[in-house]
Amino acid sequence: MAADARAAALGLHAGMAVAHAQALVPDLRIEEAQPDQDAAALARLAGWCLRHISPLTAPCAPDGVWMDVTGCTHLHGGEATLLEMLHTRLAAAGIAARPAIADTPGTACAVARHGGNPVVPPGQAPAALAPLPPAALRIGTDAAQSLRTLGFDTIGQLLAAPRAPLAKRFGGQVLKRLDQATGALFEPIESATPPDLPRTRQGFPEPIATPDDLARATALLAERLCEKLAKAGLGASRLDLVFQRIDGAHQAIRIGTAAATRDPAHLIRLLTPQIETIDPGFGIEAMSLAAPLTARLNARQTLSELCAPSHAPDLAGLVDALANRLGPECVFRLAPVESDVPERALRPIPPLAAPEGANWPDRLPRPPRLFTPPRRIEAMALLPDHAPASFTWRRRAHRVRRADGPERVYGEWWKTAEETWAVRDYFAVEDEAGQRFWLFRRGDGEDARTGDLQWFMHGMFG
Amino acid sequence: MTPPPPVTDLDTLRRRIRALERPTAQHGRVLPFGVEEMDTYLPDGGLAQSALHEIGGGGPDEVPAACAASFAAGILARLPHSVLWCSTGSDVFAPGLACAGLAPDRVIHVRPPDEAGVLLAMEEALRHPGLSAVLGELTRLPMTASRRLVLAAEKSGVMALALRRRVEGRAADMGITASATRWRIAPLPSPALPVPGPGIAQVLGPARWEVALTRCRNAAPKTWIMEACDAQGRLSLPAELANRQVEPVWRVA
Repeated sequence: MAADARAAALGLHAGMAVAHAQALVPDLRIEEAQPDQDAAALARLAGWCLRHISPLTAPCAPDGVWMDVTGCTHLHGGEATLLEMLHTRLAAAGIAARPAIADTPGTACAVARHGGNPVVPPGQAPAALAPLPPAALRIGTDAAQSLRTLGFDTIGQLLAAPRAPLAKRFGGQVLKRLDQATGALFEPIESATPPDLPRTRQGFPEPIATPDDLARATALLAERLCEKLAKAGLGASRLDLVFQRIDGAHQAIRIGTAAATRDPAHLIRLLTPQIETIDPGFGIEAMSLAAPLTARLNARQTLSELCAPSHAPDLAGLVDALANRLGPECVFRLAPVESDVPERALRPIPPLAAPEGANWPDRLPRPPRLFTPPRRIEAMALLPDHAPASFTWRRRAHRVRRADGPERVYGEWWKTAEETWAVRDYFAVEDEAGQRFWLFRRGDGEDARTGDLQWFMHGMFG
Repeated sequence: MTPPPPVTDLDTLRRRIRALERPTAQHGRVLPFGVEEMDTYLPDGGLAQSALHEIGGGGPDEVPAACAASFAAGILARLPHSVLWCSTGSDVFAPGLACAGLAPDRVIHVRPPDEAGVLLAMEEALRHPGLSAVLGELTRLPMTASRRLVLAAEKSGVMALALRRRVEGRAADMGITASATRWRIAPLPSPALPVPGPGIAQVLGPARWEVALTRCRNAAPKTWIMEACDAQGRLSLPAELANRQVEPVWRVA
């Protein structure tokens, strides 16, 4: 059936006779093949992928899983990161996997099984398919064998050949697979949801396509799902809304919340803006709403309106809405880091994290605007610790009337070796117009190792 | 129908007129500046908390709007709960905001990829009454977008602040918007202190701003000279202006 790297090193390959294999490896352990258990395991793997990667996932017998990740890749940090993450997570579970991502299911299937760059750029499907053998097109061994006898060694030659003789010789199968792989023919992925997920489904007697109707149907489904979740004592932290079009294509919207919730108004508010992103085509004939990730959520007492809220109001709803519209990496809070180097003095933390109560040291003046990277300026100053008398920035000269400093910041030798001797002397200066700047000089003026005495502007004060 | 009772004082009349003008504005809270001159001049007695206020300005050619950022941070520092700061750029430096009194625990930062995202985030956040204020850094604020922000702010009672940044190379013009007040903060040279500083320059004292109210509903534009906000976010009059001698009144016999 399949041979992994270690078996291939020993000389075993798929399709070989048992006696031959035993002759090569004397102490080989033989077990009966159990194809239905294999299929069940593949379905479980597809279920895992559905929960964590994409709402449109289906097993691709005998040994693959298909996922439609249109619009989900940004949630995982990009296509290449998604593939890497899949590879590592499955390897940690003991599954050797070869992921690939492409415009069409056919190309992804071919590239994953027969090698090539795993991330096929959009529109480059024919170029990626060209070097692969025709057997990569899922046409069956007989057809593949005949194509090889005829002299077609690569799919590139097949794409360049005239279509009518191929159709006459092989029937429609080869051309259909070729068109599906290049994207000329659409191939839908029938998503298979595991039966234990809470979900509701609504079919329509007539297909609907207007955003108002879709929004109304979404609201109905959300309310029904929240009732189901309430009965089970669960809250959903991820929701998949799958639209089934008349022509068989499935489109999905996925939303996530920071905390498990079963408030239908909140979920409807998060789902409604994303409905505009789907293309209804000729009409939607059924919609289904499922909750792949749920968590235990007990009933909560609501605060009475009579007592004034003494604790800080709940911002989870706002954070969810912003994270779903702009991306979760766009919303954060900043926390102080104990570092003198200004660029390193803060780190992003999740917006709903508990307040740490920490603050930066209050005696050191810091500007509200910081330039990254610091802007190079020309300045004239008496070494070693006089503030500059004048400096030139963007071809304008500024004469310094007031100054404060120097504040010495040492490099952090434990971060990078180059910073072992590095020193910055910061000055807060005010020019004749009253504008205040935060300048620094690299180096202390006495030891050449500490810096090259170049001046920079790091920020502007109010 | 009985006629309404006669008006006995100016305050009641003002309140009745305001209620007729803006029937949707339910929240009447105001954030005073703490400086008597400014609070008595402003028609509401301070910054109205369910309205849109614009803050811009800076030195000549100044693009980063650092003074406006400090001024805004001072306002946000004096409000009670969490605030939202939306900007597209990466030059917001939180320790600088903390110097104006805005603790990092209270600020949620939002960095959308473009200005349309900033407007979107501001509108979404203005619908949640759990925040005290929402600040967005914008170079352009069209009239329709500002009206939407005003409507959302009036409904929820959250203050909306628009920090107007200049686009480099273009004239500083904020255009027409539906904001209640518009401020322009410019830096001024600070007075000389009789203490030598490092080098030729003199020592740095507290900063000084020209706080210009360029547009205000029901009031004429006015300019004040103020000291920059302190570690609690409060403005104050500079010492020589606050404690100057009162001019003798001209009398003729």
